[in-house]
Amino acid sequence: MTKKILILLFIFIPIKANALIEVDITRGNLNPLPLAVSPLSIDEESRKGFEKILKKENIGSEISNIVENNLRTSGLFNPLDKKAFLQAPDIANLKPRFEDWNLIKAQALITGKVNYIDDKLRVEFRLWDVLAAKEMMALAFTTVPNNWRRVGHIISDKVYERLTGEKGYFDTRIIYVSEEGPKTQRIKKLAIMDQDGANNKFLTLGNELVLTPRFNPASQMVTYLSYFKNMPRVYLLDIETGTQEVVGDFPGMTFAPRFSPDGKKIIMSFAKDGKSDIYTMDLENRIVEKITNHPSIDTSPSYSPDGKYITFNSDRSGYQQIYVMKNDGSDVKRISFGNGLYGTPVWSPRGDLIAFTKLHKGKFYIGVMRTDGSGERLLTENYYQEAPSWSPNGRVLIFYRETKTNSKGEGFSAKLWSIDLTGYNERQIKTPTDASDPSWSSLLSN
Amino acid sequence: MRLNKIFKNTLLVLAACLVLSACATKKEVATDIQGQMQGDVYTGTDTVEYLADGVPDRVFFATNESILTTASRETLRAQAAWLRKNPNINVVLEGHADERGTREYNLALGERRANAAKDYLMTYGISSDRITVLSYGKERPVDSGSNPLAWSKNRRSVTVKAN
Repeated sequence: MTKKILILLFIFIPIKANALIEVDITRGNLNPLPLAVSPLSIDEESRKGFEKILKKENIGSEISNIVENNLRTSGLFNPLDKKAFLQAPDIANLKPRFEDWNLIKAQALITGKVNYIDDKLRVEFRLWDVLAAKEMMALAFTTVPNNWRRVGHIISDKVYERLTGEKGYFDTRIIYVSEEGPKTQRIKKLAIMDQDGANNKFLTLGNELVLTPRFNPASQMVTYLSYFKNMPRVYLLDIETGTQEVVGDFPGMTFAPRFSPDGKKIIMSFAKDGKSDIYTMDLENRIVEKITNHPSIDTSPSYSPDGKYITFNSDRSGYQQIYVMKNDGSDVKRISFGNGLYGTPVWSPRGDLIAFTKLHKGKFYIGVMRTDGSGERLLTENYYQEAPSWSPNGRVLIFYRETKTNSKGEGFSAKLWSIDLTGYNERQIKTPTDASDPSWSSLLSN
Repeated sequence: MRLNKIFKNTLLVLAACLVLSACATKKEVATDIQGQMQGDVYTGTDTVEYLADGVPDRVFFATNESILTTASRETLRAQAAWLRKNPNINVVLEGHADERGTREYNLALGERRANAAKDYLMTYGISSDRITVLSYGKERPVDSGSNPLAWSKNRRSVTVKAN
């Protein structure tokens, strides 16, 4: 469905160490770094060329807008108003007048150029340290014109990485469940969009109930729960080809699927006779293994990034709590001991934290704790919210939030939200319909 | 002195208001829930349908529980008697949870509730071959309200004819 994307790295000038600018992303950033995103310059001939194919008047400005929007929503950067810029984009890209950019308090500057060459889109961009008056990075990409949004995301990732020292998360997608209709008869469809909400597409028609889609961290495969033929089962979906298949041959409901970090196994729950246990299935040889064996409900399993441990949700103590065990099911330890109920544990891609949903005194919280259960931190409180999913760099969580319904059945909504690990920068992610169960993909390009 | 008196009167009026409004709320809650919940298990008949005369189609559960109440067991005995009289009818037991829980846990909880009902039907002589369990978790509430009474109606196992 989506074409494999080929992006050629054209020029690569090695990054100089010891730049003055550094953005600390470990604390709540109340003073985002002021920076200027100068529109990518474009000559008249290239502009006309792209206008014809992409129906965009100025593709240079469009790409800059993507970069600007990404950096702003990260909460770490404050892109300055373009009206204050003194230097024209083409001249700035050749040699910025640093005094001018300093005057408007920009600490970093992004410039660049777009060309239409042989039906291809060629983009070069530079990142400048305004105070030190030097270039920090220069890169160029050549790709098919239709990839212009992705070019914007890749530039954003490069800038983020250069300024924070950590990988970005902009060239990514979100798969989620689109919701419509009355609460008692909700129509649910799988949908996918770019991380910034663009390119929204529906992957199923809504004929059957679908829930909890999750990306394979190693490919563009998705696993999810479908009520096809009124039999709730875990399915695999290849989002490039649209082919679907049921996972395993279980005599009952399978649910709560996730991939192993190498993408070779699916871990999920199988419910039978009032008990839910955790199973894995190897996608190559189809071998099924039973991981937990307990009369309680064991569900919502999630692997550690090295694949050696599994965190999961169990009510074996009497109520929903979070546990960690080895990947063969041995050495089960409860790690949540705070007041209230705990669910939906998800291991951070960095390995150090587990995100969760907590229910306490009628409120729902999204929080994080260390993998031994210590250092619990609640990031956000609301009437109802759950199902956190990590950005691939482990810095941002996306989840969904529902509002109350009054006795006439009015007021209900379900929306996607994101929040930084610091508990700051909470934002709603706009979707064309109501939305739930978000899952963040890995970086599409590396 | 005078000021003091005014102040006292104001206080009295305030106190009276408080008492009145407390009464009003209490009364409202009472008429709303009276006869419809015991503990937090729904005991009303608002949403109940009938498989046959005197055979209610559903049983209700307390929050996070899958234990059958005395009333639920009575309903299920009536269902078992009806199923014995109609040996050609198979049923699906649809287990549900309220909206105040995480989605995946609720799927498991719905399955556990429907199985509690299934086990009880089986002890009254209904073969497991005639019973299919299907959990909807919190996906199919009957009452969309966000209040304790609505939630109590939604924590249920419903027996549905399969053929």
